[in-house]
Amino acid sequence: MSVPVTERVVYDGTPEGTVELAETWRDPPGLMGSLSAINHKTIGRRFIVTTMGFFAAGGILAALMRLQLMRPENDLIGMDLYNQLFSMHGTTMMFLFAVPVMQAVAIYLVPLMIGARTVAFPRMNAFAYWIFLFGGLMIYGAFFFNTGPDAGWFGYAPLTESEYSPGKRIDFWAQMITFTEVSALLEAIVIITTIFKLRAPGMTMNRMPLYVWAMLVTSFMVLFAMPAVMLASTGLITDRLVNTHFYRSGDGGDPVLWQHLFWFFGHPEVYLIFIPGLGFLSAIIETFSRRPIFGYPAMVLALIATAFLAFGLWVHHMFTANLPELGKTFFTAASLLIAIPTAIQIFCWIATLWKGRLNFRTPLLFVLAFFFILLMGGLTGLMLASVSLDLQVHDTYFVVAHLHYVLLGGAVFPLFGAIYYWFPKYTGRLMNERLGQWNFWLFFIGFNVTFFPMHLLGLYGMPRRVYTYAAEMGWGTMNLISTLGALLIAISMLLFLINAVRSYRKGIKAANDPWGGGTLEWAVASPPPAHNFDVIPVVHARYPLWEAPKKTGYVAGLAANHREQLITSVIDAQPDYRGSFPDPSIWPFISAIAASILFIGSIYTPWAVVWASIPVSIALIAWFWPRKKETEEDLALEKSP
Amino acid sequence: MRGILSAAFAVSLAALPLHAFSQVATFQNAMQPAGVQAEKILDLWYLTFAICTAVFIAVLAAFLYAIRRAPRADERTAAEVSFLRQAEPASKRAVLLAVALSTILLLVLLVADVFTGRALIQMPLGDGIHIELTGHRWWWEARYSADPPSRMFTTANELHIPVGKPVVISLKSSDVIHSFWVPNLHGKKDMIPGRTATITLRVDKPGIYRGQCAEFCGYQHAKMALLVIAEPQEQYEVWAEQQRQPAPAPTTASAITGQKLFMGGTCVSCHTVRGTSAQATLGPDLTHLASRKTLAAGTLPNSREHLAAWINDPQKFKLMANMPSSPFSSEQLQAVVLYLETLK
Amino acid sequence: MTSEKPDALNVTELPSFAFGHRSPMWWGTMGMIAIEGTVFVLAIMSYFYLYSHSPSWPMTTPAPELLWGTINTCIMLGSYIPNHFAKKAALKMDLSQVRLWLVICMLFSVAFLTVRVFEFGALNVRWDTDAYGSIVWMLLGLHTLHLLTDAVDSLVLTVLMFTGPLEGKRFVDVSENCMYWNFVVGSWLIIYAVLYWSPRF
Repeated sequence: MSVPVTERVVYDGTPEGTVELAETWRDPPGLMGSLSAINHKTIGRRFIVTTMGFFAAGGILAALMRLQLMRPENDLIGMDLYNQLFSMHGTTMMFLFAVPVMQAVAIYLVPLMIGARTVAFPRMNAFAYWIFLFGGLMIYGAFFFNTGPDAGWFGYAPLTESEYSPGKRIDFWAQMITFTEVSALLEAIVIITTIFKLRAPGMTMNRMPLYVWAMLVTSFMVLFAMPAVMLASTGLITDRLVNTHFYRSGDGGDPVLWQHLFWFFGHPEVYLIFIPGLGFLSAIIETFSRRPIFGYPAMVLALIATAFLAFGLWVHHMFTANLPELGKTFFTAASLLIAIPTAIQIFCWIATLWKGRLNFRTPLLFVLAFFFILLMGGLTGLMLASVSLDLQVHDTYFVVAHLHYVLLGGAVFPLFGAIYYWFPKYTGRLMNERLGQWNFWLFFIGFNVTFFPMHLLGLYGMPRRVYTYAAEMGWGTMNLISTLGALLIAISMLLFLINAVRSYRKGIKAANDPWGGGTLEWAVASPPPAHNFDVIPVVHARYPLWEAPKKTGYVAGLAANHREQLITSVIDAQPDYRGSFPDPSIWPFISAIAASILFIGSIYTPWAVVWASIPVSIALIAWFWPRKKETEEDLALEKSP
Repeated sequence: MRGILSAAFAVSLAALPLHAFSQVATFQNAMQPAGVQAEKILDLWYLTFAICTAVFIAVLAAFLYAIRRAPRADERTAAEVSFLRQAEPASKRAVLLAVALSTILLLVLLVADVFTGRALIQMPLGDGIHIELTGHRWWWEARYSADPPSRMFTTANELHIPVGKPVVISLKSSDVIHSFWVPNLHGKKDMIPGRTATITLRVDKPGIYRGQCAEFCGYQHAKMALLVIAEPQEQYEVWAEQQRQPAPAPTTASAITGQKLFMGGTCVSCHTVRGTSAQATLGPDLTHLASRKTLAAGTLPNSREHLAAWINDPQKFKLMANMPSSPFSSEQLQAVVLYLETLK
Repeated sequence: MTSEKPDALNVTELPSFAFGHRSPMWWGTMGMIAIEGTVFVLAIMSYFYLYSHSPSWPMTTPAPELLWGTINTCIMLGSYIPNHFAKKAALKMDLSQVRLWLVICMLFSVAFLTVRVFEFGALNVRWDTDAYGSIVWMLLGLHTLHLLTDAVDSLVLTVLMFTGPLEGKRFVDVSENCMYWNFVVGSWLIIYAVLYWSPRF
């Protein structure tokens, strides 16, 4: 459309109107179109595929680690490479996979679940993807050039200071944090604003799906947690680059300051990964037990309580540093207390399953794994919460076992369930059920075989982050078993990949609602058209597709030839005004390139912050600057408040 | 299919601990306490493990029962929305009861932890010994304090301590964060540069215990071990007295040659041998090297062959360690080793 | 599915933009404020953490000179006035008033950015002298970054108000910019107290 449209064409419900509506919301074709794309589903799909790619990369790194550790005094992988492997594995999984994938799924799913056509800031959403991608590419590029980080994913000072980590390895790591945290913070703003302002009329907060609540809570946590690691890593960069003294003892700095700042982020970080998983569980359990989740208000309050408490636990990562004893006890109490809201959720889900009618398909299997794996991980968490017990098992394989049980049990297994569940919605085809079952069981068994022995290894004295161990320690058998389990996991992942690719090409076609779900995303076609909903529904219930309304309502009067989205009020989703949304734009992509140059340049010289900020400013101004054509179109449709 | 796989899994899981227990070393092992602190921690472990296992079984059982008893459905089965208007009082009671029980158990754990924490630091320190342990990349420097201070001595990588007496260890670091951990004796404590931490322990069973650095400290973190040898008071006194002495002068010709080579070479840039002109402190104190069981912080056994191989090319055994290869020829190396063997 | 004809909720007569928390832009701006506020709070806590671990504070240098910092605080407080009127004008969608007050805001911007340069010189410590110097430069540097980005944002808006293309939504942008300006000034008051006054006690 190169001629300004000064006449408003309201959507009329005809097939021609629907075609025009789709045309309005579509991303442009071609390479330029691809780089300018801002449709939330396009960005969501890209983002999910990219994060799963990083998951695979992180998994391969882990497989290499397991191959090295399967025998004592093995020399398959040397000391330096091993240290880079475990650092890259942790960094990949925590920064490039676990949180971004959750945001990516939300970007795709939340507008569909709340009856919206778009996210609140489509261009910023696109920028967040690009800056994330560039950060991930940068760190892997560094790794392939032997400049990968080698001080672990939480990089304790002063090991990460220039005296003990010369070269640029740690600088790349610290700057990668900037890339990924900027992305996550911007996505959090997008998700919060989308949920608050773009819900379909009638979807009061009391009627929001539990998954949407989970993403809202998670996004608020992001706003307050991520700044801590950004500040911490900035201090590390300046310590290394311009000789500040934040974390170096001598001249007043303190290595423990790094730990406080990092873990103030680091503890909430794991809940950023866990809480969306809880959202997946609710969404899948309700559909596959054919009933609403028991105890909706308790479930919402439990999510909120978990989010608040998560900010009060961070010192439990520091129990072995010399801190005052009384202070540590407070953190033990808080770390035990946070079990209660999670327990409430677990009991409510069991109550739901108890009185439900169960459809045992692959998505349900993956969430059921939670009740074994996360449960065990949560209980070992209680052990770690105790200062005395932690003094023995901190920094040993016991912690490695615990963290994998909670992260995979609480987030990755539910994520796989979510992928199987929503795959038909994203692609229009169902994943293969048989392959899915094999995928699940191999993953479940492989996971336990890999990680359960690690609890014992920790109790038997094996510390973390060791590239080898002496034969006399007697740890060889358990390590070998663990490696065999890793092999099983690898096979299960291969099955998943085969399933995903084959199903994408030739899977059974899916109707709008292959699972009989109750929430709004199942009302539209699979995959949804560019505009999501032909007409925005008026929501009358928590499960719009399950509860027949007395009178179906829908929103009339939105334009078909202009990107119009209804803005509603925060609590009660009353219609407020018709917002005008931007067209696709290349500027988010260009801004991300400019910002990357700034971030990467500042690894080498502080002056990069000065001169590289010029292209960044130009790109951002060009992004913001209104286009004459768009302004004229808006003016034609404008109505003052 | 599912049944077979789960059975196989259950069997392998059961077989695992049997095999594992039979093989694992007992000398670096939190489950084999040899001192009062490690014992109290293990007591708390058993209590916590019991409670957690009971909870695990209970919740898992409830969950498995729920999914067993629920009728099966498929996607066409109508969703039961009447639950939105019903109260479900039985479920509510069950959930509240479960939450109440969980809270009580959590309180039990909290109280048990507080009591254990207090017990760990309550120990009369009266006639104990005091060691200042400094972590380096990648070895341990130990200075035994004494009264009067002239009786102080320094050693490395191997601590001897008396059974039944408090041992107070001040923990420092000369470079990055390390962590002192001897699981048979106590939990770990970090050694943070710029700070001094303290850990107090008491061993009750004589034996040789092994510890490892438990905070990633760079390249050779994996090879930073130390031995703690607990012996009866009299034996400990004998050892300590021995350690206090300066090195005896060598008597055989080859040992004398070896000493000359040592003193004239690069060794003295880093090492101390008390009673000689070698007084550098960059590397471990070698005054009583021959009395130690291992070399290079637990990396190699202390034998003639291993010592020679280590001096010849330390990088081969501990890449990136600060010790460079020696320029000695094989005869010179032999002489040096013979000298070092006199440093008992 | 009911058999009755569905009810249409016709939104044609609704406005096409709105001010304050009704606008997504407000929420976006609040999100930024939450993030940057958290950074400031954590930096201030780091300041006091290092303070509590040090035998003397400042460690080796005199406290920052009060002159330039206090002058700048006054200028920033003063900038509240044109900022406030710019917001009021934006809410009324009064273009000529918006233009006037935004230009005056920009003059204040130039003033406090200039004085900020002198402030750095009057800190009496370098960033690499000791931990005190490092945290002082970090705090002042972080705030300066916000002053700069706010100045650039405001400049772009000011120019846009003169050149166009303009529509109703731009007045919303102006009013949100005013809110952000208040945050930058408000956070300065706290940082000023921390940097200039706490070492004196």
